[in-house]
Amino acid sequence: MKFDTIIIGGGLAGLVSGISLQKAGQDVAIISTGQNALHFFSGSFESVEEPPQRMADLFSEAGIRLQYRPGVRLMPLGTFRPATLSLDDINLFPTPRFAKKAMIVNFTGYHDFFTDFLAEGLEKQGIPCRVQLLQLPELDVIRQSPSEMRSVQIARTMDRIWEKVVQEIRVRLDDEDTVILPQVFGLQDLSVPGRIRQGIPAQIVFVGTLPPSVPGIRTQMLLKRRYEILGGTYLMGDEALKAHIHDGVVHSIVTRNLDSHYLEADNFILATGGFFSKGLKSNPFRIYEPVFGLDVTFAEDRNTWYSPDFSADQPYMDYGVKTDASLHALQDGKPLKNLYVIGSILGGTHPEFGTAAGLAVRSAFAAVDQILS
Amino acid sequence: MKLQEYTISKHNFEECMKCTVCTAYCPVLQVNPMYPGPKQAGPDGERLRLKDPYFFNYALKYCMNCKRCEVACPSDVNVADLIQAARIRYDRSKPKLRDRILASTDFMGTLARPFAPVVNGVTRLGVTKSVMDATLKIDHRRSFPKYSSRSFESWLRRHAKEQAAFPEQVAYFHGCYVNYNNPGLGRDLVKVLNALGVGVQLLEKEKCCGIALITNGMSDKATRHATHNIDAIRKAVTDRGLTVVTTSSSCTLTIREEYPNLLGVDNADVRDSVLMATRYIFERLEKGATLRFRTDYHKKIAYHTPCHMERMGWGVFSEKLMRMIPGVEFIQLDSACCGIAGTYGFKKENYEASQAIGAPLFEQIRAVNPDIVACDCETCKWQIEMSTGYTVENPISILADAIES
Ligand SMILES: Cc1cc2nc3c(=O)[nH]c(=O)nc-3n(C[C@H](O)[C@H](O)[C@H](O)COP(=O)(O)OP(=O)(O)OC[C@H]3O[C@@H](n4cnc5c(N)ncnc54)[C@H](O)[C@@H]3O)c2cc1C
Ligand code: SF4
Ligand code: SF4
Repeated sequence: MKFDTIIIGGGLAGLVSGISLQKAGQDVAIISTGQNALHFFSGSFESVEEPPQRMADLFSEAGIRLQYRPGVRLMPLGTFRPATLSLDDINLFPTPRFAKKAMIVNFTGYHDFFTDFLAEGLEKQGIPCRVQLLQLPELDVIRQSPSEMRSVQIARTMDRIWEKVVQEIRVRLDDEDTVILPQVFGLQDLSVPGRIRQGIPAQIVFVGTLPPSVPGIRTQMLLKRRYEILGGTYLMGDEALKAHIHDGVVHSIVTRNLDSHYLEADNFILATGGFFSKGLKSNPFRIYEPVFGLDVTFAEDRNTWYSPDFSADQPYMDYGVKTDASLHALQDGKPLKNLYVIGSILGGTHPEFGTAAGLAVRSAFAAVDQILS
Repeated sequence: MKLQEYTISKHNFEECMKCTVCTAYCPVLQVNPMYPGPKQAGPDGERLRLKDPYFFNYALKYCMNCKRCEVACPSDVNVADLIQAARIRYDRSKPKLRDRILASTDFMGTLARPFAPVVNGVTRLGVTKSVMDATLKIDHRRSFPKYSSRSFESWLRRHAKEQAAFPEQVAYFHGCYVNYNNPGLGRDLVKVLNALGVGVQLLEKEKCCGIALITNGMSDKATRHATHNIDAIRKAVTDRGLTVVTTSSSCTLTIREEYPNLLGVDNADVRDSVLMATRYIFERLEKGATLRFRTDYHKKIAYHTPCHMERMGWGVFSEKLMRMIPGVEFIQLDSACCGIAGTYGFKKENYEASQAIGAPLFEQIRAVNPDIVACDCETCKWQIEMSTGYTVENPISILADAIES
């Protein structure tokens, strides 16, 4: 089967490039082994420097509204992290002192939201707060299986009963100017976070939970739907195994599900993510890229790959596939003419594209521009 | 060192990194709190079961074996296989009469066919339905597949000579559904393949692929079917040099994947020769064969990729074939389970869950309002037709209708 462009990896980077190419009239296929890092996405994009109109347009055409407000976001454990751009239901504050007094709300039986850590973090900023547990009978069904009382399960119920949550919070609200809630709203019904904001006379802050991430899954769902509406082919659950390369040009790839049926294209994009998504793999001896065997940056001495201090920056997070300045993959030091590398498989060593989700989006646009030029 | 580099665990269960992604995609977990979910039932539970079979949880029977967890898993854990393998290994409960009846699709077919008009009439009667509901716990709200009075096998046997005259040949694993309920689909396949210059033969003798036997706790019988079928397929592939084509995604997945992975029936020498007809046809067209399409064919087609098709990753062939037809407006429906999962939705205890699982899909179909829903699975067809009133056709039947005869 032949396409104009084949994208390996269907996460944020793969979807953004797929949508852009498909919209420009190309016939695109995305192949993705499984789901991706968006399922752990907080809803905020780190380090996107300028207001990225192009990104906002692409997202809004998919039904996702973004806000640009460089500042900090509140992390699940009560710390703060710089961020510039986020989904419109995630708050970005100019400073960590974003409230006078806060009420942190959780649901009985839900263990993936850390109210105590949050309270401690806020108190460090001089923000007094109290924790309120809501006991909602509508969640009894989910509570029957305590290990499966997860964000997504709760969010499905919340799409129906959010009004009740609003009422319960209004009753309890005292002199707090801020209410903090877990991100379990608006999985299918996108209007829910906004309606909760309207219904409660206080600043509403949604804070991340343990995975899966509700705003992340929603983002993934909407981007994928947009891509398919534009006519893109998405091969979910298939894995690129190896490629046929001649004279520095990739001709086709072999996948697990299609075995002897090779997939051909004029251009290829590698967006297989970092270690977490297995775009990069490691063994006791080396770090490698499994599909094409591309050049990867990493230190010779394995002992320097990681820091024993769990919370320190880990050197291996910087490792990634080597490319030339226009994102062509390098193999044995030579660029492959029609293979572009984007997203977190690049590692953290590309400051010109930002880091994290910002890197995914901006490198995707850069590759798309080359392919279309 | 070698060990660390090459560890492989059964069904890849040690690859699980506890990311919880699968739990967001399990259709059963969304509607049935009694079900522990793919992560608990699969890799987490496996650790405990390996320690002591005592930890086997009978709630694993709620798994529909739809494989959506496997498609979603970023770590390539064969979650559904782990769950079904655990049921085969540890479940000591005897299947109920109801489950035996539901699982015996070929036996039921042989029995019902000669009396097709009667059986069809009877299974549609309210009174029969309430008796079945009360005695067998087969839900009375279900509509039943109709039985055809002439089997596909007997039809094709009568046309064997004309078929043998084509320059190229394939063997067709038609499955119980085509044989007893919808021989029209088999005839549609013959029409399309003939238009490509390919004649169709039967396997020496095929048995039900056994998928319903596996999910209903009759793996011994399923293994006998598997051994028999692989023998028959082997004869076609090695002795007659034929490709074996199929029109049901679930039969295909069972023959290619479940036989070796769950039943331990080796198919390595013939696995690559068993293909969905859509893939076979697409590949022939790619190699230069042509189909002449009608010019007056105009349809809005919404394609539902069945769960097992999604797991095999071959929906793209059906999609590309339908997009090839001039006059088709093609819409890909969102990836979702219709809720029937073979015999699962027929059981009284699963009816509500089954309909709740399918609800978003039914809603989308109504919103799209297509002329036809396309789908490569017969049980999805029953479920979607019953629940939405829209006509569901196999992509092969759509092709057959769209080409010039
Ligand atoms: C747990 C976690 C949380 C994060 N949270 C944030 C956040 O809150 N904010 C932020 O800015 N950034 C965050 N990031 C950074 C994240 O890396 C980026 O945000 C971005 O989502 C990465 O997108 P990607 O498309 O490059 O890769 P991924 O999303 O990882 O997608 C790669 C895809 O490729 C598939 N794949 C891999 N190998 C193959 C193959 N051989 N064949 C086919 N498919 C293959 C994988 O299954 C996966 O679906 C987080 C990362 C992780 C791991
Ligand atoms: S096979 Fe389907 S029903 Fe069973 S655990 Fe996986 S997703 Fe759930
Ligand atoms: S998706 Fe895969 S890796 Fe993640 S918890 Fe489920 S089985 Fe484990």
